[in-house]
Amino acid sequence: MDLLAVTAFGTVYAIATLVLLALGLAVIFGMMGVINLAQAELLMLGAYTVLLATSHGASVWAGIALAPLVVGLIGVVIERTIIQFLYGRMLDTMLATWGLSLALVGTVTLVFGPTTEGIATPLGYQTIGRYSIAHYNVFVVAVALGALGLTYGLFNYTGWGLVARATMQNATMVAGLGVNPARVYMATFAYGSALAGLGGAIMAPLTGVVPTLGLAFIAKIFITVIVGGPVILLGTTTSGAVLGLVESIVSYASTPMYGQVAMLAFAIVLLRLLPQGISGFWRRGV
Amino acid sequence: MALAALPFLLSLFQVVQLTVFMIFCLLALSLDLIWGFGGILSFGQAAFFGVGGYAYGVIGINSGRTALAVVAAVVAAALLAALLGYFTFYGRVGAMYFAVITLTVTLILHQVMGSTADPRYAVGAARLGGYNGMTNIPSLALELPGRPSIVLEPVPLFYAVGATLLLIVALCRALVRSSFGRVLRAIREDERRTELLGYDIRWRKLLTFVISGGIAGLAGGLFAGWGNFVNPQVFSLSQSALVVIWVMVGGRGTLYGAVAGTLVVQFLTNYLGAASVTYTTVLLGVALVLIVLLFPRGLVPSLGLAARRLALGLAQAPPAEDSGPA
Repeated sequence: MDLLAVTAFGTVYAIATLVLLALGLAVIFGMMGVINLAQAELLMLGAYTVLLATSHGASVWAGIALAPLVVGLIGVVIERTIIQFLYGRMLDTMLATWGLSLALVGTVTLVFGPTTEGIATPLGYQTIGRYSIAHYNVFVVAVALGALGLTYGLFNYTGWGLVARATMQNATMVAGLGVNPARVYMATFAYGSALAGLGGAIMAPLTGVVPTLGLAFIAKIFITVIVGGPVILLGTTTSGAVLGLVESIVSYASTPMYGQVAMLAFAIVLLRLLPQGISGFWRRGV
Repeated sequence: MALAALPFLLSLFQVVQLTVFMIFCLLALSLDLIWGFGGILSFGQAAFFGVGGYAYGVIGINSGRTALAVVAAVVAAALLAALLGYFTFYGRVGAMYFAVITLTVTLILHQVMGSTADPRYAVGAARLGGYNGMTNIPSLALELPGRPSIVLEPVPLFYAVGATLLLIVALCRALVRSSFGRVLRAIREDERRTELLGYDIRWRKLLTFVISGGIAGLAGGLFAGWGNFVNPQVFSLSQSALVVIWVMVGGRGTLYGAVAGTLVVQFLTNYLGAASVTYTTVLLGVALVLIVLLFPRGLVPSLGLAARRLALGLAQAPPAEDSGPA
């Protein structure tokens, strides 16, 4: 019974981290159609924000609150200097952001060194029988739910969300109605970056902070968003649930390495069966 | 054939370097074939290269027969390409998704091969060796029936790799000039129209991808035989990026461009990269961003065009026929 509860929570936690990390990409790729290969580096920069904040005496919580702002600003810079010239040229965007990703990893390595820096995990433990659950993991699940709810509400129930969705569908029409699409793109990209910064910051105490931090996640989050399909938030959540479940089950049965392989193989087979992604046949929406 | 005389003019070290550059040229060709002619951007060429290298290592160490190992390298990489291509092309996955999936496969191979440090991860006598990689891979050797095999010294190896490169260039040329190649270019220009003209694009893409994967596997096998080792670094992001940069510098859709781009970039990184690997990564990244932003058609074609325009402007006369990078 205890084991069941802990395993169930472990699975929920695995799904929540996947969704939290993939959410920023779901906005940038799912909504804007920009394949941002530097997404993993935005996670990494979020984690480094927490590291810098704690090393300057601030608390982990302050660092986590700061990270979305810092990375959101970096997102604005990236959009203005690189992405804005490449809208509509998807493969070129992909190549340019890939270059950016290499440059960011290299630069951070030069500045902070290639070593893994630890951040003490805050909060305590809850024991269930012979097992225990870290409170911080519960916090991660809560933040994932919160970020998901915030993004859903933002795009579906605010005026800005409406304008953003309209811009993604038909930028010329929106421009004709007096809205500058360039600014909407910039804001959406910044929001997606901020989500990535939040995800990276939340994961920092769990994984440690290292310049190649994003590498461990990039494959997973891209697969999650692609399998999710066109209904970005619900699709990403569903695919996160399915893929997270596959990964957890195989990881428990063998090793995390086979968990990853199983997840990828499952995703590729799934795409053969549902080329549009899980949400391909759903009613359109965000 | 100035190439044939090179080993007499260069130092032994330079010959060895040039050999590995030619192996990289093969890798660039494999990407140029699928991307430049098929219009399908694959980030997975490094994966096929690596799989080829590991296959060469496993078969080479276990059987001691390097010719068989090279065949195994080609077959293993082509099989992986066939499997991946079947699911993606027959699933009609979009071009961007395809690029992301190939990238993901490469990254996961990197992690999988990196976590094989334990001695129990071995195929026969060949230990996979985790991030340290597989060592003691036998050098390429000439095997004639009924005689002891002769390990190729650097200079004969240079000729062998050079001949292979020329052969593959010739094969690719024949392929892109055949009717199959014309349909392939039609697919690059407009997939749907090609399909409406009655061509089945799926098996054509699949076949091109398998050939491309096989060439990348061949390059990987030769690389493992050249350096006697292979490690998961071949699956890394920077290695995958390098392949794309080679082709982008040379201009995609020109076979000679891929070769020229590889040589130029490798000589430059060798020249600059003595400082540290990290600086090279930063430079590579910045170079990729700048090339995409400033020279989307490829560095050499864009510069060539600019030079021609300049010549036109100065002389007000048609430019001389240039012989092209060869």
